[in-house]
Amino acid sequence: MTFDDLHAGQALPELIVPITASAIVAGAIATNDFENVHHDKAAAQATGVPDIFMNILTTNGFVQRFVTDWAGANARIRRIAIRLGVPNFAGDVMKLGGEVAAIDPAARTAEIRVSGRNGIGEHVAATITIGFAEEVR
Amino acid sequence: MTEQDLLTRARAFVGGEATPPVTARDAVNQPMIRRWAEAMGDANPLWHDPQVRAAGGFAGAIAPPAMLDVWTMARYRPGGRTADEGMPVLQLFDAAGYTGVVATNIEQEYLRYLEEGDIVSMRATVADVSDEKRTGLGIGHFVTIDYEFTDQRGDAVGRMKFRVLKFKPPLTQAAPAADGEKPNKFPHPRPAITHDNAFFWEGLKQRKLLIQSFGGRLVHPPVPACPETGSFDWTTVEASGRGTIHSFVIMHQPQLPCFDYPLPVVLVELEEGVRIVANMLGATADEVAIGKPVTLDFVEVEPDYILPAFRLA
Repeated sequence: MTFDDLHAGQALPELIVPITASAIVAGAIATNDFENVHHDKAAAQATGVPDIFMNILTTNGFVQRFVTDWAGANARIRRIAIRLGVPNFAGDVMKLGGEVAAIDPAARTAEIRVSGRNGIGEHVAATITIGFAEEVR
Repeated sequence: MTEQDLLTRARAFVGGEATPPVTARDAVNQPMIRRWAEAMGDANPLWHDPQVRAAGGFAGAIAPPAMLDVWTMARYRPGGRTADEGMPVLQLFDAAGYTGVVATNIEQEYLRYLEEGDIVSMRATVADVSDEKRTGLGIGHFVTIDYEFTDQRGDAVGRMKFRVLKFKPPLTQAAPAADGEKPNKFPHPRPAITHDNAFFWEGLKQRKLLIQSFGGRLVHPPVPACPETGSFDWTTVEASGRGTIHSFVIMHQPQLPCFDYPLPVVLVELEEGVRIVANMLGATADEVAIGKPVTLDFVEVEPDYILPAFRLA
């Protein structure tokens, strides 16, 4: 994919992410996040939530992956902004969807909007700015 | 510490260092990249395939950009972080009862992709502390930290804005006691315990009737702030238990399963000057009258669930 393949309104293929306890723990460790609410159910419950939940850096990782799965190896991520809503608790499933929200022909970048929803609501709303390798080199 | 003192102390951190600067213990490396990509299910060949990254102009392994702040994260320690690895501005909220923490926003900007061998350093600055907010998790404050990431040459490689919510975990609501002998028994109504009225219910567990005092101005039922001045500063005083019936009703209908009818419900004027609604104990409907003196007693509805009640003096 190159910049010229993009147009506003283009939809990204949906991605289903099962939020298992293993997925939460694997993501927490891979992002060096050892906060106990991401691996210790009793510690999570002590803060008033029902179970362990995904850490924000893993959500950030899934958002980045969701965009590059579609945009390919030539895509270069310039910026990711995410806002979390309801948590991704163990046992849930997150469905990521997105579209090309805006094209900047001068900068040859595109803004992608992504939303990830789980069984209890919107987990993440994200805006990602991408360019392409041949545009910058 | 009052809410306003807490906010003043927290905002004194704004513009200052959130934590001492950190340099990554490990250079950007393929094993950590591989583990991250596996956890995210990220099959992008740019992270894995030497030919693809060479075609992209990269000599060594490159890191997914969303790993920007992974390199400088604090190490794992049994029992959690040490106090000096935490952020003083967040520890201030912990000490004030806002022990819950959840990250709510990240904005990352990547100036270049990190390559194998890069050594990342970060500096963190407290950017903002919000007013108190009511959220789905509880009441709390949003704290925003700005991060600057540099490489081994001191050149900027990325920036991040990170926002967390420090919140008071919601209070545990007492569950109705299981009653194996009477499976059909209707549970007694439960109070809704909030941060504003928790003291009242905790006092009852110790068989004390506590009244909120705003600098000597007594208020009941519990409120978040003084109705006269708006002050959040309050203490409690224990009621003597002496009072008089200011008004009453005799409940006949509707009949809830866990009360005895006819049920005298009294509005008692305590000698401290506030009024409280409670049930009468040991008095028939025709013994109850306005102006009669009463004394406080307690009813243990279930273990650890105690209600105030009154008897004729």
